[in-house]
Amino acid sequence: MPTYLKELQQGLFTLLTNDQRIILLGEDIIDPYGGAFKVTAGLSTQFPGRLITTPIAEAGITGVAVGLALRGYVPILEIMFGDFLTLCADQIINHATKFSSMYSAVSCPLIIRSPMGGGRGYGPTHSQSLEKLFLGTPHLKIISPSNFHNPGRTIQQIVQYESNPVLFIEHKLLYSEFLQVSNEIIHVNLQSSEEGYHTAIIKNYTVGNPDLCLISYGGTSRFLPKLLTDLAVEEVRIIAVLPEVIDPAPIDILVPYAAAARRVVIAEESTADFGWAVGIAGMLYEKLWKQLDCPIKVVTSERCVIPTASEQEKEVLISALKIENAIMEVLSWL
Amino acid sequence: MSAQLEFFYEKMLLIRTFEETLLRLFSQGYLRGTVHTCIGQEACAVGIIAALNSEQDTVCSNHRGHGHFLMFSEQNMYGLFAEILGLESGICNGKGGSQHLHVTNFYSNGILGGMVPVATGIALAHKLKKENAISVVFVGDGAMAEGIIYESLNMAALWQLPLLLVVEQNQIAQSTPWTLEHGSIIEDRSPAFGVPRIAVDGNHVESVYNTAKELITQMRIDNAPRCLVLHTYRLGPHSKGDDQRSSTELAMNQEKDPLKQLEILLTQQIVTHIKMRCQKRISDMLTHFLIS
Repeated sequence: MPTYLKELQQGLFTLLTNDQRIILLGEDIIDPYGGAFKVTAGLSTQFPGRLITTPIAEAGITGVAVGLALRGYVPILEIMFGDFLTLCADQIINHATKFSSMYSAVSCPLIIRSPMGGGRGYGPTHSQSLEKLFLGTPHLKIISPSNFHNPGRTIQQIVQYESNPVLFIEHKLLYSEFLQVSNEIIHVNLQSSEEGYHTAIIKNYTVGNPDLCLISYGGTSRFLPKLLTDLAVEEVRIIAVLPEVIDPAPIDILVPYAAAARRVVIAEESTADFGWAVGIAGMLYEKLWKQLDCPIKVVTSERCVIPTASEQEKEVLISALKIENAIMEVLSWL
Repeated sequence: MSAQLEFFYEKMLLIRTFEETLLRLFSQGYLRGTVHTCIGQEACAVGIIAALNSEQDTVCSNHRGHGHFLMFSEQNMYGLFAEILGLESGICNGKGGSQHLHVTNFYSNGILGGMVPVATGIALAHKLKKENAISVVFVGDGAMAEGIIYESLNMAALWQLPLLLVVEQNQIAQSTPWTLEHGSIIEDRSPAFGVPRIAVDGNHVESVYNTAKELITQMRIDNAPRCLVLHTYRLGPHSKGDDQRSSTELAMNQEKDPLKQLEILLTQQIVTHIKMRCQKRISDMLTHFLIS
């Protein structure tokens, strides 16, 4: 199987080949460097003039991409580290999403790609999962494929389907991961929404009902192949549900799986409190009041800086062990 | 020559009358939220936009944008008025209100300086499509303290984009005089980025128009950015009645009112005639919206 990175590169290649409206912008994205995480490697050579390497001015380049989007282009802007999206927030919140919603008959098909997440020792300002800050922004869609999805397909789907701004979040640790498909223990299905986006439904059992529904997205998928396999050995039946569109969340797709399992853990890498997992839990409680066997358990990273030092970083970030402990805690409810 | 002056005078007076009407309607409770008028700065809007081709060129404006809008798209005056009144028949269905306006090639928004990178991106689109079009963006001297403008100037120079940054230096930022906002003169800013700058009297509509015309002619040839600093004065309040400037200062600047400057040059008969025409257009508009 190809890697997450390879599929994403392939998706961008196909878009540049087939759609003259596509322009890629970002810092250091042209060859020979090809982007800090190599997502655009080779593309500026293959498509001269279609990639624009920009000054280090995240707010300004976001505004430039907005201007292109207003005038018939589909700009795909790379923000080198997701942490820098704080600098883009005004252009996203007060400009791009407003133009498509407050003006009449205006579309603003802006796509901002950005890597998030920790685990590589980049320290406090290069390791966060700041998509959290943008959750709930009206007229903004946030999409974060896991490695059970195909990010190359997803980015093409966005270009085809969306006419409003999209934040596309890639977890840094997924780039080198292989895309996951079914094996003897883990069974992967992709459930499509009306818009054509996928929710990955992953089971570590073949018969019977699940003991627990694990809901998550994006980079936490890197823990799942081993975690679900280990739990299968212990005969703990898990159904993991990973939507690639995280906001607005496909709650109607999530609800039946949570209802069937009656026990729910929601995991995300961002900091504790007021995040995606809490938001999903709130929506599920509203739909499933009195239908669950126990409270929903939320697993996140700690609410503190993400240290550079390896052992300290591990302590604060979400991990397979933390997810497993949460699963065991929820299963221990009588 | 006189025909051109009459044209400018009528456009400026229409903007003035429209905005004075807004202030009156505000005090009478017809309007809610806020309005920022460009009273005293009409020559900037009229002189610049008269030099554009609205079919191909684009304008990004700001919170003080009624004048820019009316000059760009006078045929949408009722749609603008409806928008400010908060009616669904407004150009943005009542969602935008005074500060958030859009028709065809005109875009305004309420975040100071925030439209400058957007206009830079639009200029990039013009260049990539080889449209030979100019992207104009209006800011005040207050907004010139926003950092994103300097990011944009750098990119406009770097990529040689047809961006015209128009700074309406009205000498006040809401309530703060520009001397408390800036540590150096505005004129020195864009040249430091490689963007040539011209400064003219923004209350003299012919100077504004002639300068803009010349700049735009150059820009259609070289596709490169320019900055035009217009020295003007905001005669009205920031929004409604919030004005602490001294009556002496205001009186001194009333003398330089761009409309008064033209009235001296036109015959009394023509001035009266144009005034009647503008009054009639506004009163017809009010009648249309059932406002007495």
